[in-house]
Amino acid sequence: MSVIELADISKKFGKFTALDAVSFNVEEGEVFGFIGPNGAGKTTTLRILLGMIQATSGEAKIFGKDVWDEAIAIHKRIAYVPGDINLWDNLTGGEVIDFFLKMQGAYPSTKKEAMMKRFDFDPSKKCKNYSKGNKQKVALIAAFSSDADLYIFDEPTSGLDPLMEKVFQESVHELKRNGKSVLLSSHILSEVESLCDKVCIIREGRVIESGTLSDMRHLTRSTVRLSTRKEINDLSEWIGVHDVKKENDEWIFLIDSDKWNSFITRVSGFDVEKIESHPPTLEDLFMRHYQDDGGDLDG
Amino acid sequence: MGKLFSKQTSILTRFIFKREWVKMIIWIGSIVGVTVAVAAAFTGLYSSEAERQGIAQTMDNPAMTAMLGPSVAIEDYTFGAMFSHEMLLFTAITVAIMNILMINRLTRLEEEENRLEIIQSLPVERNTYLFTSLLLAFGLNSALALLTSGSIGILNIESMDWNGSLLYGVTLGATGFLFACLTAVFAQISPSSRGTLGLSFFTLGFFYLLRAIGDVTAEWLSLLSPLGWVTRTETYVENKWLPILLIAIISLLFLFISFWLHAKRDMQDGFLPERKGRIEASSLLHHPLVFIFRLQRVTIFSWLIGLFILGVTYGSVLGELETFFESNDLLKELLTPDPEFSLVEQFLGILMSVIAIIGSIPPIMIMNRLYKEEKIGRNEWILTHNINRTKLFLSYLSLAIIVAVLSIFFSIIGLWIASVGLSTDPLGLDTLILSGFVYLPAMTVMLGLATLIIAFKPNILNSIWMYLSFSFIVVYLGSLLQFDDWLLALSPYGNIPKVPVEEISYSYLAILVGLSLLLYVVSLLQYQRRDLKG
Ligand SMILES: Nc1ncnc2c1ncn2[C@@H]1O[C@H](COP(=O)(O)OP(=O)(O)OP(=O)(O)O)[C@@H](O)[C@H]1O
Ligand SMILES: [Mg+2]
Repeated sequence: MSVIELADISKKFGKFTALDAVSFNVEEGEVFGFIGPNGAGKTTTLRILLGMIQATSGEAKIFGKDVWDEAIAIHKRIAYVPGDINLWDNLTGGEVIDFFLKMQGAYPSTKKEAMMKRFDFDPSKKCKNYSKGNKQKVALIAAFSSDADLYIFDEPTSGLDPLMEKVFQESVHELKRNGKSVLLSSHILSEVESLCDKVCIIREGRVIESGTLSDMRHLTRSTVRLSTRKEINDLSEWIGVHDVKKENDEWIFLIDSDKWNSFITRVSGFDVEKIESHPPTLEDLFMRHYQDDGGDLDG
Repeated sequence: MGKLFSKQTSILTRFIFKREWVKMIIWIGSIVGVTVAVAAAFTGLYSSEAERQGIAQTMDNPAMTAMLGPSVAIEDYTFGAMFSHEMLLFTAITVAIMNILMINRLTRLEEEENRLEIIQSLPVERNTYLFTSLLLAFGLNSALALLTSGSIGILNIESMDWNGSLLYGVTLGATGFLFACLTAVFAQISPSSRGTLGLSFFTLGFFYLLRAIGDVTAEWLSLLSPLGWVTRTETYVENKWLPILLIAIISLLFLFISFWLHAKRDMQDGFLPERKGRIEASSLLHHPLVFIFRLQRVTIFSWLIGLFILGVTYGSVLGELETFFESNDLLKELLTPDPEFSLVEQFLGILMSVIAIIGSIPPIMIMNRLYKEEKIGRNEWILTHNINRTKLFLSYLSLAIIVAVLSIFFSIIGLWIASVGLSTDPLGLDTLILSGFVYLPAMTVMLGLATLIIAFKPNILNSIWMYLSFSFIVVYLGSLLQFDDWLLALSPYGNIPKVPVEEISYSYLAILVGLSLLLYVVSLLQYQRRDLKG
């Protein structure tokens, strides 16, 4: 069953089109990554999903309910952590966490203490005295302690140190083990890569790639390092081979994922000394779409 | 509209109350405290009826009507009549200010600083937060109304019966709630919290001036202003409740409009457009003074225009005063102890003291911005560039002083234009300039206190507004109640000579200037050494 269904969502701010027919689905129990360059429209999409702003056109549903009309019913079952967190200066972190939990009807929470411990968080300080990362922890602890079915994170780790980021990742894994769904918008690609089952890349308000990571990898090229005892002269003319460079007697190039077979057959005649291949990282995928002309990897 | 009262509403109400109760208590405490103190002081000051009638004579003229509203019971100026005439309107304005600040802080500022977003992601109706804020405002105003009524009533002053006291308190509370609802409307229309404050205060000022002109010249104008309705309750005289009904109806109307607009807009959005800015900095922007000016120019221009309008209004009232004065030979005899000066000239000093205090607001706002920028971490960043603390501090200070001078100047020009246009015997520009600028040293002392707070104890930044309000009370009541000099000396504005009636004491002005400089230097020295907050 789809937890989030987004169909042809567009959003205009005056004349400016922030989202242009964005569609994707998040299935139950799935961790879904949402990435894109600055100003791509990620936060805007999340705000539409949370019923804070209204889409100009298109249909958005969570748990099969309309995100605008049935916001409350939806919000009872979700937890949200914004990227840009401002808290109430004269309240303590503990008070704010309790407030969130009470509002969600999840107070008292059995998980709260454990979460505070895990995030190494001191709830007794006033919010105005927390550092950026500690403010983020307030929202994260409140979210992880609630008993939601869907978790929506908008760049939740931008202020966390690497240790805490790891704690965050573990906590997301735990959600996944418990069958929860997660929508994670992030700029930290390694985080998305290690956590997410599916990824959607958005740019200038349009979805440009969406699917499982392995699907995406299939559609793209792997990086290959090759050295042979017999000399190859015409490598760049081979079928499926691109971007050929030579570095200390080693060939470095890209290969189309569906051309491996013919390549192996052909290269075996050259007495292979070493062959290494890397599937494209999310970063490669991202960089390819990031650049305006559709990628200079095409060479 | 959805369900307004839910479990979430009550959790949210307690949550907001937890953040606000200290401020609420300070506001209510000061308002009720001053009200009770004045009521009690009146009985001591004017115990005989003859004394009260004497005051009544000095009150019954267009200048006072413009300032305080019409005096309905001049022939029988009881304690009650006197108290409501002199106190009701300005207390109502204070309550309105409290509500404007609170509703803006709870709604638009909360939204602008991204705190509403996370609340809105919880299972609450979209309008619950707005509803809760207004609910709290309602509670606050009700508490204020009851406490005021109760504490005046309990004093048991003759001619101030419970019915009147109740009406007095309810008028304050109702006016407050009206402005809470009005601010809620502006919070939907405007795209920012500054815009919301600007529109709300502009409207408050507009209502005040509309009422002033209306009370003096054409009553129907006053009936268009909620502040005109306030004085028309004729508290302690006729005790009319009809204006309260009107205020209640209009409040409800604004309340529904605010909910309606709220439902129609996106979060962080407004109905007024945000202008696009320029892409490159103008070549002057690199100087910190220009940069600081650029940050605050809308505020500065709005205030200067507002002060100009205030000057024009007062100027036209002075014109009226003259006509009134000439047509009444008896009064002329009675009220001119010093035949050298016209009645107009005698009132000029009082008007200037009000102008000077209101004109002190923009310079202090400019100076306070130094700390506000620091708190959100922007000064830290600016100071990593080629500019040091001294230069930053002095830039803010210079701009504040320049604006102080302009504030007086603009109001004087307004006064002068109106006076020349309306009067047969206009005030001389030189008299006006002198009577206005004698207040400049008082304004710079006030500014010096603001710098002192910024340098030594910036977390009590808002106390400068309390002191300014206190100064206003001292000067305002001082001229009504003929305070002693030592009491007036508690405020820098109190003992400034009223030109042209009083002799200018240059040594006193020099002391004030010296004090200002001393305050600036001490503040600067401390500002250079203290930690930046943020
Ligand atoms: N209220 C608004 N009015 C006008 N334009 C807006 C508004 N909100 C967002 N935008 C524009 O919509 C576009 C998408 O913004 P959004 O915040 O969704 O980007 P994002 O993908 O979250 O970026 P980032 O990675 O920097 O957080 C941006 O160009 C932004 O300027
Ligand atoms: Mg964003």
